[in-house]
Amino acid sequence: MNPAVPAPDSTTVPATSRPATSRPATSRPGAGRRPASPGGPPPPVGRRRGIAGRVPARLRRVALPYLLILPAVLLELLVHLVPMLIGIGMSFLKLTQFFLRNWSAAPFAGLDNYSVAVDFDGAVGRSLLHSFLVTVAFTVLTVGLSWLFGICGAVLMQGSFRGRAVLRALFLVPYALPVYAGVITWSFLLQRDSGLVNHVLVDQLHLFGERPFWLIGSNSFVSIIVVCVWRSWPFAFLVLMAGLQNIPADLYEAAAIDGAGWGRRLRAVTLPMLRPINQVLVLVLFLWTFNDFNTPYVLFGKSAPHEADLISIHIYQSSFVTWNFGSGSAMSVLLLLFLLLVTAVYLVATSRRRSDA
Amino acid sequence: MRRHKPYLAAVAGALVLAAAACGADDSSSTAGSAGGSAAQTITYWASNQGTSLENDKEVLKPELDRFTKETGIKVNLEVVPWADLLNRILAATTSGKGPDVVNIGNTWSASLQATGAFVPWDDALLKSLGGKERFLGPSLAATGAPGQPPTAVPIYGMTYGLFYNKKMFKEAGIDKPPATWDELIADGKKLTKDGKWGLAVEGASVSENAHHAFIFGQQHGADLFDASGKPHFDSDQEVAAIKQYLDLMAAHKIVNPSNAEYANGTEAVQDFVSGKAGMLMWQSIATQLKQAGWTEDDYGLAPIPLPDPSQGGKQVNAMVAGINLAVFKTAANKDGALKFAQFMTSKQTQQNLNKAYGSLPTVTDAYDDPAFESETIKTFQQILSTTAAPLPQVAQESQFETLVGNAMNQLFADAASGKPVTEEAVKAKLTEANQQMGG
Repeated sequence: MNPAVPAPDSTTVPATSRPATSRPATSRPGAGRRPASPGGPPPPVGRRRGIAGRVPARLRRVALPYLLILPAVLLELLVHLVPMLIGIGMSFLKLTQFFLRNWSAAPFAGLDNYSVAVDFDGAVGRSLLHSFLVTVAFTVLTVGLSWLFGICGAVLMQGSFRGRAVLRALFLVPYALPVYAGVITWSFLLQRDSGLVNHVLVDQLHLFGERPFWLIGSNSFVSIIVVCVWRSWPFAFLVLMAGLQNIPADLYEAAAIDGAGWGRRLRAVTLPMLRPINQVLVLVLFLWTFNDFNTPYVLFGKSAPHEADLISIHIYQSSFVTWNFGSGSAMSVLLLLFLLLVTAVYLVATSRRRSDA
Repeated sequence: MRRHKPYLAAVAGALVLAAAACGADDSSSTAGSAGGSAAQTITYWASNQGTSLENDKEVLKPELDRFTKETGIKVNLEVVPWADLLNRILAATTSGKGPDVVNIGNTWSASLQATGAFVPWDDALLKSLGGKERFLGPSLAATGAPGQPPTAVPIYGMTYGLFYNKKMFKEAGIDKPPATWDELIADGKKLTKDGKWGLAVEGASVSENAHHAFIFGQQHGADLFDASGKPHFDSDQEVAAIKQYLDLMAAHKIVNPSNAEYANGTEAVQDFVSGKAGMLMWQSIATQLKQAGWTEDDYGLAPIPLPDPSQGGKQVNAMVAGINLAVFKTAANKDGALKFAQFMTSKQTQQNLNKAYGSLPTVTDAYDDPAFESETIKTFQQILSTTAAPLPQVAQESQFETLVGNAMNQLFADAASGKPVTEEAVKAKLTEANQQMGG
């Protein structure tokens, strides 16, 4: 498993394109044999001649790979694109409970849903903006901390020592655990009166005079970050660990011979070599974290505290719970546009830097 | 990658569709299994009335077996948790594929009526159940918008009352339940000591909060919706009402601040039956009390205090709560579904099920069973027939519950962390909720 390292990429490209070019070589003997062996099964021969007659061999050659991936493309359209388009379509409708049974009867709302969503003087727009800003702060902190923990874990696990395999497996537990099981346990831990967190912080360590709340009020922002970092850092750890194994040992040896210490080797060898991995990792973590629905939903339930009102829950509230699906769809489309923009800018920026380097 | 694709999640609209599609898959598979013998099976989504989903299945099973024996129709039962029920109904409505019969919370009646998903119970249909007159008036008033045929028929009647712990009251030297708000606060203060509290509330439960916003609002004379159906959540009366409720924790300190994070609808009850709180304003908790081994010697039920009549407002201290039974227009077996409604409102079934759940029969002829002579049931019955009002029967009712209930969650969080709960703060939250109702 060595993704995103350029070298294997460049070797796999010719490898995958080779079957397409070599395909005629295998079909040509068949074509050549056709007149020579009249005993062959006649119907396929006839059909093959028919197709061959209409479609030039060259086109067939070119079309085959596309035909082969056609089922996948159709499924992709069906599973991803069609719902997305329907969602976009819904965002232009005034789709409330009155029209649930017959969407086509819902009046066309034009850009109304959008103008309400971005009218930051109105209550709906203001709360959406608040939720958006909370989510940005939450995402930056969560991705940053997850990456930091991931890289620390991966670098510390690089050298071999006794019990390394056990520790690695242990570190991956939060990632392997079903979301619900992990997060509901956190919600028990974080309860004010009976939770373990307060038991340790207040009863054992006496850090607070009054028992703090973790699931409501301003601390809920801290709680959701802690739980999300707990959930996502093992993934960073896993990917970075795989990346580290791809760094040739002779680079470290050369650096050591040049007299580079541990810190210098980390800065001059490890991190630059991990750059392509980091590019993908940070993007994926960003998208997952920004959109994370499960964790806040299980931790806080349907109504998240104001201070931890993440955007996925906010949109859910605006559509499902208040039965205004058009408005919720409009917010989703805005969110989609934002994420596309961020992703595009990020990819352009990081790719340019890479080619500069 | 085991997580969902980010852009799929980004389009919650797509999720709506996906959820709808899932709903369709679920139901079509159950309907499909019924397809072979369509006349013989119905699918029934029951709400969670007992201590757990399993408990509900146990309670309902003998009744459903009796139905099958009487009519030859098999019932596919699914007990749906409250957190999912409304979403499931919406998904079934959107996709046109759902169960035949479903339980709904009666406060949703008008909202769901607006979707047109259910068979309306016009006079002819009601006649098959024994006619309109057979049903309790208040319960029948919470079955949809006034002037329209009911969208669902009431099967379990419930309302709010004040449960109190007799032992704790005695120890604190209180000899009778409070009759006024001043008495309730004074009693609460006497009970609040040694880690025990006067009153338990479910401070982060959207629906509990919304119900109390309504009950307290009535006492202050607030109208949540005006005659034309426009929302007025932030009237001065409603602000005063919600502040009064929050002040039980914020100013009078007879509610444990921890209650502000109680969200799943069971924790306040748990505090009451475990003796951590002396009073509880709640609907029927018969199954929970039975599980804790409590009898009427241990607890009492009184009406929630009424306001001083001289101060205006309405003499209301409860809402008409309860469960209604609705038949989907898209039911695969509508005849079977109507027969089932007949069965569920029959005298025998009403007696058996309401006895088990500690709720009130919704038909008058079921009250001749001595089980409904207990103090608790008689008190509930008295409240329901005299001082309970139905929540506004308007299409936006469920939005009211969500938005105002949510605003109160935040206010409870503030109160719990010691921030002052001022009229301005309450008003600001309610104004915001009101604006989110949109045009």
